Amino acid sequence: MMLDGMEDEDKWLAEGIAGIQHNAFYMHRALDANNLREVLKYSAQMLSELRTSKLSPHKYYELYMRAFDELKKLEMFFKDESRHGVSVVDLYELVQHAGNILPRLYLLCTVGSVYIKSKEAPAKDVLKDLVEMCLGVQHPIRGLFLRSYLAQVSRDKLPDIGSEYEGDADTVMDAVEFVLQNFTEMNKLWVRLQLQGPGRLREKLEKERSELRDLVGKNLHVLSQIEGVDLEMYKDTVLPRVLEQIVNCKDELAQYYLMDCIIQVFPDEYHLQTLETLLSACPQLQPTVDIKTVLSQLMDRLSNYAVSSTDVLPEFLQVEAFAKLSSAIGRVIEAQVDMPIVGAISLYVSLLTFTLRVHPDRLDYVDQVLGACVKKLSGKPKLEDNRAKKQVVALLSAPLDKYNDIVMALMLSNYPRVMDHLDNETNKVMAIVIIQSIMKNNTCISTADQVEVLFELIKGLMKDLDGTAVDELDEEDFKEEQNSVARLLHMLYNDDPEEMLKIICTMKKNIMDGGSKRLPFTVPPLIFSALRLIRRLQGQDGDVAGEEVPATPKRIFQILNQTIEALSTVPTPELALRLYLQCAEAANDCDLEPVAYEFFTQAFVLYEEEVADSKAQVTAIHLIIGTLQRMNVFGVENRDTLTHKATGYSAKLLKKPDQCRAVYACSHLFWVDDQDGIKDGERVLLCLKRALRIASAAQQMSNVTRGSSGPVTLYVEILNKYLYFFEKGNPQITSAAIQGLLELITTEMQSDSAAPNTVSDAFFASTQRYIQFQKQKGGVMSEKYDSVKV
Amino acid sequence: MNYLIGAFKPSCNISITFSDGKSRKQVPIKKENGHTVMVPLFQSQENIAGKISIEPIQGKKVDHNGVKVELLGQIEMYFDRGNFYDFTSLVRELDVPGDIYEKKSYPFEFSTVEMPYETYNGANVRLRYVLKVTISRGYAGSIVEYQDFVVRNYSPLPSINNSIKMEVGIEDCLHIEFEYNKSKYHLKDVIIGKIYFLLVRIKLKNMDLEIRRRESTGSGANTHVETETLAKFELMDGAPVRGESIPIRLFLSPYELTPTYRNINNKFSVKYYLNLVLVDEEDRRYFKQQEITIYRLQEETS
Repeated sequence: MMLDGMEDEDKWLAEGIAGIQHNAFYMHRALDANNLREVLKYSAQMLSELRTSKLSPHKYYELYMRAFDELKKLEMFFKDESRHGVSVVDLYELVQHAGNILPRLYLLCTVGSVYIKSKEAPAKDVLKDLVEMCLGVQHPIRGLFLRSYLAQVSRDKLPDIGSEYEGDADTVMDAVEFVLQNFTEMNKLWVRLQLQGPGRLREKLEKERSELRDLVGKNLHVLSQIEGVDLEMYKDTVLPRVLEQIVNCKDELAQYYLMDCIIQVFPDEYHLQTLETLLSACPQLQPTVDIKTVLSQLMDRLSNYAVSSTDVLPEFLQVEAFAKLSSAIGRVIEAQVDMPIVGAISLYVSLLTFTLRVHPDRLDYVDQVLGACVKKLSGKPKLEDNRAKKQVVALLSAPLDKYNDIVMALMLSNYPRVMDHLDNETNKVMAIVIIQSIMKNNTCISTADQVEVLFELIKGLMKDLDGTAVDELDEEDFKEEQNSVARLLHMLYNDDPEEMLKIICTMKKNIMDGGSKRLPFTVPPLIFSALRLIRRLQGQDGDVAGEEVPATPKRIFQILNQTIEALSTVPTPELALRLYLQCAEAANDCDLEPVAYEFFTQAFVLYEEEVADSKAQVTAIHLIIGTLQRMNVFGVENRDTLTHKATGYSAKLLKKPDQCRAVYACSHLFWVDDQDGIKDGERVLLCLKRALRIASAAQQMSNVTRGSSGPVTLYVEILNKYLYFFEKGNPQITSAAIQGLLELITTEMQSDSAAPNTVSDAFFASTQRYIQFQKQKGGVMSEKYDSVKV
Repeated sequence: MNYLIGAFKPSCNISITFSDGKSRKQVPIKKENGHTVMVPLFQSQENIAGKISIEPIQGKKVDHNGVKVELLGQIEMYFDRGNFYDFTSLVRELDVPGDIYEKKSYPFEFSTVEMPYETYNGANVRLRYVLKVTISRGYAGSIVEYQDFVVRNYSPLPSINNSIKMEVGIEDCLHIEFEYNKSKYHLKDVIIGKIYFLLVRIKLKNMDLEIRRRESTGSGANTHVETETLAKFELMDGAPVRGESIPIRLFLSPYELTPTYRNINNKFSVKYYLNLVLVDEEDRRYFKQQEITIYRLQEETS
C-alpha cells in the first residue's frame, strides 16, 4: 500500500510536470506572439497543475520549481508593456479574473511584483493587497508555496530604507508589516499541517513537515535583511510580533525551529538588548519543546559575541544578561514540569558556560548557577540517568576548565552540594576530573580550609561511601584512583610552616578515615609531604626554640609516627619499614637522636615481626643498612645497638649469597667516609672476613648440592669491597689480603668443578683491569697498589 | 411571411441609416442565426432619427400602397417562438401609395422615444428593439426590412446601497459570517467582501462564489424559471480553521451580465444571486444564496 503510494506519487509528479511543460509550451508561443489573452489562459492552466493534493511536500517542491521558472518568463513579459499593450494597473485586475484561486494568486503575485516595480502604486498597497489575497489559499502545502513565492518575488521590492521603493507613503514599517504578516500566515499554515495527519502516518508527516520549515524561516531571514529594522524597531515591533506568533501557534516543531531561527538570523546585539522579551517567551512554549537547545544556542551566541570584542561587555552588564538568563532558565524549568532532569541540568551547563565566558570574574555567578542546580536536584533521589550524570560532570568540570584553578571551585559553596547528588560512581569520576585538573595546572592548594573542602569534593575516592558494593570495584581502577589521590596530596602545599602543618593534619585526618585499602597509597605521599616540611624547618629549629610554635619537627615526627603505625593495620610491613627509615633519616638530619632511634626501633620491630618473606627481608636489610650508614646523630651506644642488630639480621638471612652480600654491606656501617664519621677498620675487616667465610660456605654448599661450585661472583664482589676500603685507607685491609683474595678467586676459577660463567668472569676481568689501571696511574694510589700482583 | 419575395428577386434594396450612425456607439448582438453583428446603441428618451433609402433594382419600379417605418419594442418568449409581443410600437408614414422608380430617401425621426426596457437575450425570452420598414404592396406582399438596435438604460448610483452581511451555519458543524460590501453592483463593479469562519468542524475542500442568473418568464401557473450559473469563482482552496478570514474580490466585468430586470412588462424578470458554496472533502456542498441587484452605470468615457 505504502509502496504503491510512493510509485503513484512519482507518477503524479511526472504527470504534473508534463502538464506544466505542455501548457508552458503554449504559453511560450503566446509570449512570442505577444498575445496576452493566450498567455493568461495558458499560464493559468499551467499553474493549475499546482492545485494537486497528491504530492508530498518534497515532490510538490519539484513541481513548484518548474512553475517558478516559467513564472519568471511571464514576469518579463508583464514588465514590457509594449508587448501586451495593457497598463500594469489593468493587468493587475485582468489576472484576477481567473476562476481558480491558486493560478489567480500566482499570477497576481507575478503582476504585483511588476506593479511595484512600475511604481504606479505605492509598494505598500500592493504588498498589503497581495498578502491579504493570499489568505484565500488555506491548504497548508499549497499556501506555503504560494506565500513563499510571494516572499520571493517581493524580496527585492520592499520599501526598505535606502531602497528605491521607499517613499513618503512607503516606509520600512510597511515592509516589516508585510513580511511579518506573511510570516504569521505561513507559520499558521505550517502548523496546521501537523493537525491534519492521521495518527499512523504521523512520523512521515512530521518529517515532511520539517522539510517545509525553511519556507517559513525564510521570512525571518528576510526580516533580518531589511536595512531599516534597527534595534528600536526590532524591539518594538518585529520581535514581539514574531514571538507572539511563535507562542500562539502552540506547535512543538514550529516553536523550536522558529526560536532557533530568531537566534540565528538576527544580530547578537539585538538579542542582548531584547533578552527580556526573548526569554519571556521561553516559559510559554509547549512543554515538549527542546528549550534547552534553544537557550544553549542563544547563550553560545551571546558568549561568542562577548568574547568577540571587549567593547560589548558593558552592554552585557548594563542589560544584566546573566540575571535575565538565569531567571529565564528558572522559569522555563518551572514551567516545563515534565522536563527530564537532564534537560534542566544541561540548561545550567549552558548558563554556566555562558557566565564563564562572559563574566569570568564573577565567581558568584558560577556559584549561583550551581546553587540553582542544587535546588533543582534537592529532594530528588540520586541521579540514575546516565545522561544527567554526564551533564552534572560537565557542569562541574566547566569551572575547572575555565579557571584552571581548583581553588576557584573550592570557593564555590554550592560545588560540593551539587556533587552530593551524584551517585558514587559519578562522584568518583568527578573527583578524578578535579584531580586531573589540579595536576594539569599544577595548582597548589595552600590552605587547610581549601584542603578540607577539596577532600570533601573527592570524598568518593577518599573513603568508602555507603552503598558501594565492595566486589564491584575493579582492582586496577581502584589503584588508578588511589594513585591519583596520592599525586594530589603532593599538590597540597603552603610555604608557611604553620599552615602547612594544618594542611598535613587535615590530610592525615582524612587519610586515616580512608580505610585500610587506601592507606598504602595515601600514607606515603603524606609522609613525604610532612618530611618536606621537616626539612624546611630543620635550619630554623634553634631560632624558634622556646616560643609556642606548633610547627616543630618534633611534633611532626609524632604525627608521622602515628600515621605509619596506622599502616600496620593493613598490613604492609615493607612499606611501613621504608617510611620509618625515611623518617629516621629526617630525624637524623634534625639532630633528634631519640626520635631517630625510635624510628629505627620501629623498623627493626617490623623487620623482626612482620617481614617474613626472605626476598623482602633482603631488600629490607639493605635498606636498613643503607639508612643506618648515613645516620650520624646516634651516640656510640645507640649506634652500636643498631649496627649490631643490623649485622645480626644480615647473618641470619636465609640464603647464603644473601647473607654474604648483607654482611659485606654491613662493613660500611663501620666506615663512614666522612670527616668525622666512624672509622672502625677492624670491624670492617671482620665483616669482610665473615662475608668471605659465608661465600666459601656457599661455594661448598653448591658443590655438594649441584656438583659445581657455581660462579665466583660473591668473591669478586667481596674483592671489590676490599679494594674500596683499601683505597679509603683502612689500615686493616692490606695488599696482602687483596693478593690472597685474588689468588683464591683465580684458583676457584681454574678448579675443575667451576662452571664457566661469563658474567662473573667478566666482572673479575674488569676488576683486574681496574687494579692494573690503578697501578699504572702513578701517584699515591699506584704506590699503594704496587705490592698487589695481578 | 415574405415568402413571395423569396420566389422573386427582391425588387428593391432598402437601407436604413441613422443620422448619427457614424458617431454612435455600436454594440454587438447575436442574431438568431448565430452571427454577431454590430448595431447602434440607444437609450430611452433618445431621438431615433435617420434616413431610409429605397432603391429599386435597375429598371424596375416598386409599386406600393405606402411606405412606413415602425419602431417596435418586442418581447419574444421562446416557448412561443415567432410570436412577438410588442410593448412599444411607433409608426411613421413615409410615403403615400405610389410608385418608386429610382432611389428615394425618407428621413424619419422618433423623438424622445420611451424605451423603458433594455434589449435582452435570455434563455427563454428575448427583448429586442427594431426599426421595421414596410413597403406595402397589395398582391405581392409587403417588402419589409428590419434594423435592430440596442437599448441600454443607465441608472444613477443608488442612494442606498447597504452591504450584505450575514451569519449562517449548521449547528456545531460550520458557522460562518460573510459580508459583501454592497447589495447593488453595477456591471463593471467589483464585489469585495470576506468570509469569516467562526466554527469549522467539517473538512472543507474549497469555497466558491457563484453568480447565478435567475430568469423567470410567464406568470402565475405558467411561470418558468431558468437558473444559470454565470460565474464560478474559487475563493478559497483548502480547509480553513476557526478564525480565518477569507477575502473576496470578484470583478464583474468578465462576465456577461445584464442589469437586474424586475417584472418587465409582466412578462419576465431577471435576477442575480451570489451563491456562496462550500464544498467538503466528501463533496457535500453547503451554500447560501443572496440576491444582489445589478444595474447599469453610465460609463464615463463613451
